[in-house]
Amino acid sequence: MADRVDVSEPFQAPAQQREAAMMGMFVFLGTEIMLFGGIFTAIFVARLLHTEQVVEASKRMHVFIGGINTAVLLTSSLAVALAVHSARARKARRSAALLAGAALLGLAFLGLKAFEYWEEYRDGLLPIFSDPPRFSTPAEHLFMNLYFLGTGLHAVHVTIGIVLLTGVAVRLVLNSLRLPDRTVVVEASGLYWHLVDVIWVFLYPALYLAR
Amino acid sequence: MTAFRQLIFVWAILQGLLLVTVAGSFLLSGFPSVALSFGVAFAKAALIFWFFMHLREESGLLRLAAIGAGAWLLILLILSGADYATRAMSG
Repeated sequence: MADRVDVSEPFQAPAQQREAAMMGMFVFLGTEIMLFGGIFTAIFVARLLHTEQVVEASKRMHVFIGGINTAVLLTSSLAVALAVHSARARKARRSAALLAGAALLGLAFLGLKAFEYWEEYRDGLLPIFSDPPRFSTPAEHLFMNLYFLGTGLHAVHVTIGIVLLTGVAVRLVLNSLRLPDRTVVVEASGLYWHLVDVIWVFLYPALYLAR
Repeated sequence: MTAFRQLIFVWAILQGLLLVTVAGSFLLSGFPSVALSFGVAFAKAALIFWFFMHLREESGLLRLAAIGAGAWLLILLILSGADYATRAMSG
């Protein structure tokens, strides 16, 4: 299988070429982790300095909507992992179907998130948009700012992920992404989606379960 | 199909961990609650990295690259935590 993969300059073997591509992707994902890491650090410090108020603010979060969204993203990650497995087995159509399924679950995630923002907007808890805002303490305002920044930035990443997975699925169906030559594209795109999932796995306890 | 089954099994464990962490947040409070919820989050992340992101099949170099940012993040969190935790002492 590996001997049929085209090798580009300056690589000498398919495995070396693939490892370089994956290495680049993991380094990129590292920059994403550091981007969100700043927000996590701010949440951590807010909790350290204003423990009681942050706990009270966290109790007002929609814990079950967040929980359902966690389950949705975990399931989408399974679909992507299965898609990578299928791509490696050169089953392009099955891989494309699984990627499309994951993208649909991503859309479901965004829909639920939008509903949650709407509920918070109505409760006067959504920063910037709620007018007049009804934060009980300045610390709750700070916490909700961090919540909106963290989940908003995450939602942007989910949106990019949906576009990415849909694009890869379409290219697999059209055979413009040929397997096994371009399996690494499916693998690298999958890594991006999994990282978006992992970030949510940490946002959930940091914001919703900080009680 | 065994690899398929394995991935589905990991997904079931992830969903179970989600139930544990939600239930724990209602039953516990304070430090035990935080410890459980982040303990579960790290366990979930480890499963995703190891199985879903296929790190179990990759070389040591790629595994290092994957967890490298976690190490940098730990430095950021520890130094920031030490700073804020000791500010009261310096008056």
